[in-house]
Amino acid sequence: MAAITVPGLRVSNASQRKAIVKSIAYHAPTLILSLLMIYPILWMFASSFKVPAEIWKDVSSLIPKQPTLDNYFKGWAGFGGVRFDTFYINSFIYAGGATLFQVISSAITAFGFARIRFFGRNFWFTCMLLTLMLPVQVLIIPQYIMFKQLGWINTYLPLLVPRLCGSAFFIFMIMQFIRGLPKELDEAARIDGCGTIGIFFRIILPLIQPAMITAAIFTFYWTWEDFMGPLLYLGNPKMYTLSLALRGFADPGTGTDWGAIFAMASLSLVPVFAIFVFFQRYLVQGISTTGLTGG
Amino acid sequence: MAQRRFALSRRQLSTHLSGYLFIAPWLIGFFVFTLIPILASFFLAFTQYDTLSAPVWVGTENFERMLQDPRYWASVKATLYYVMAAIPLRLVFALAVAMLLNSDRRGVGNYRAMFYAPSIVGGSVAVAVMWQQVFGTEGLVNYCLAVVGIPRVIWLGNPNTAIWTLITLAAWQFGSPMLIFLAGLRQIPASLYEAAAIDGAGALSKFFKITLPMLSPVLFFNLVLQTINGFIAFTQALIVTNNGRPLDTTLLYVLYVYQRAFQNLQMGYGAAMAWVLLIVIAMVTWLLFKSSSSWVFYESKEGE
Repeated sequence: MAAITVPGLRVSNASQRKAIVKSIAYHAPTLILSLLMIYPILWMFASSFKVPAEIWKDVSSLIPKQPTLDNYFKGWAGFGGVRFDTFYINSFIYAGGATLFQVISSAITAFGFARIRFFGRNFWFTCMLLTLMLPVQVLIIPQYIMFKQLGWINTYLPLLVPRLCGSAFFIFMIMQFIRGLPKELDEAARIDGCGTIGIFFRIILPLIQPAMITAAIFTFYWTWEDFMGPLLYLGNPKMYTLSLALRGFADPGTGTDWGAIFAMASLSLVPVFAIFVFFQRYLVQGISTTGLTGG
Repeated sequence: MAQRRFALSRRQLSTHLSGYLFIAPWLIGFFVFTLIPILASFFLAFTQYDTLSAPVWVGTENFERMLQDPRYWASVKATLYYVMAAIPLRLVFALAVAMLLNSDRRGVGNYRAMFYAPSIVGGSVAVAVMWQQVFGTEGLVNYCLAVVGIPRVIWLGNPNTAIWTLITLAAWQFGSPMLIFLAGLRQIPASLYEAAAIDGAGALSKFFKITLPMLSPVLFFNLVLQTINGFIAFTQALIVTNNGRPLDTTLLYVLYVYQRAFQNLQMGYGAAMAWVLLIVIAMVTWLLFKSSSSWVFYESKEGE
């Protein structure tokens, strides 16, 4: 916390000291508060390396006295005869597939709404905005019945197929982004003999990548952490995603090896934090400009 | 614009067609996964349906049953309590921290990331499982209380405190509204504060006379979004408080819909409850919009 000395400006000792005091007065409480915020998460990570006897003895400590990986080995063995890597792969299938489908279909639809003046556009656009306000929880019962009649229960189809139709939220977000691109680009391409499809693929698609990355991150997060969808549609432990597996693990009925549960819970959050660290810029921009909320 | 030409040129026709081609993914989904299901659920709300035999028309029986179902009212009470406590808390934290972080100092980016971190994992089962242990009898909170000499509380077993484990979990995830507030704060011109300072305004009156009115559109946006979010909370009540225990004091609405529809296979009753939720959310949103004319932009009071 060194005071900054500006060249060519003589800073008196007193005002320098005042700046340091002010800086400490800001940083100390802010740091303590922010550490307090992530403390529960750190606590879980730390506990996953503690021996079982220590977890509930020296509860608040963040430094395991005898660090061990035992919890990870025990957790990885899984439950119900299914190893944990299966759940991990399942989660990647679900979140990866859903993200890919949803982002591409949202981008295509967004382009249609943003750049093509077709008959009925305003009507359909209003319909889309209305669905933005519609909580999906209201639709789960009829959707479940529909998927059951199609024979899709216990498959990933009910979780993945609807993603091919995009999401109103991301369509809207990408639309806003496309609207910010100059129309002259389209016109110039059209003069060069580019059709509408060509304009989308060659001009717009490369330019909307930042918006698509933001949409991809959020879709990935929401599906990675989704609990209700897998709970409704996946009954076979071999198909469980991490959410269902963790819940199965922590079920009071199946016994409670908290070390192993914390280890697997921590592992399940690794991709989330990895994306957070590498793509923070897109996350912050996405939320600040469009008001996305995580959960 | 009033005149509509019926004879379309080939080029115009192809423009219309390509428009529909591009919005086709969403349009198909709108009909198949939204419109038809919502109409179906309206029909289901007036039937008895266990998914095994055909739906039986029962008129308004499901709605009458709701009125007399004590568990239904327990879920309404829990949900209202949860929304009215968790959402204001979340927004107050979000605004307070956003104001703290609205600074050009070094390291602010790191603080922002740390305050936001709980929000990216908060909805996960992993965190719900963790939260259950944070508030467990032997858990982190009781351990810390014991250090200060406060006797331990059975947070999850006590009907008065259990809902607060869910409320604190929700309040803890104030990251998204915080970032939105932060973006809003950056938009407020510094000249306003400078002018106020010249007029001798204190920090408090600057906050109430400048910050809050200037932020009111953002506050309104956050309030609407978060309120809707609050009404549809589900995972937390299923995992942290183990299916709405104790005594249904944490039986959030969507959890009860889930229990009725998918555990008791009362799809008709569940659909009726879901429709009531939809109407309530629409009404609350409408009321918020209605009220906005009196406090967004003009007044300094927080909307209630």
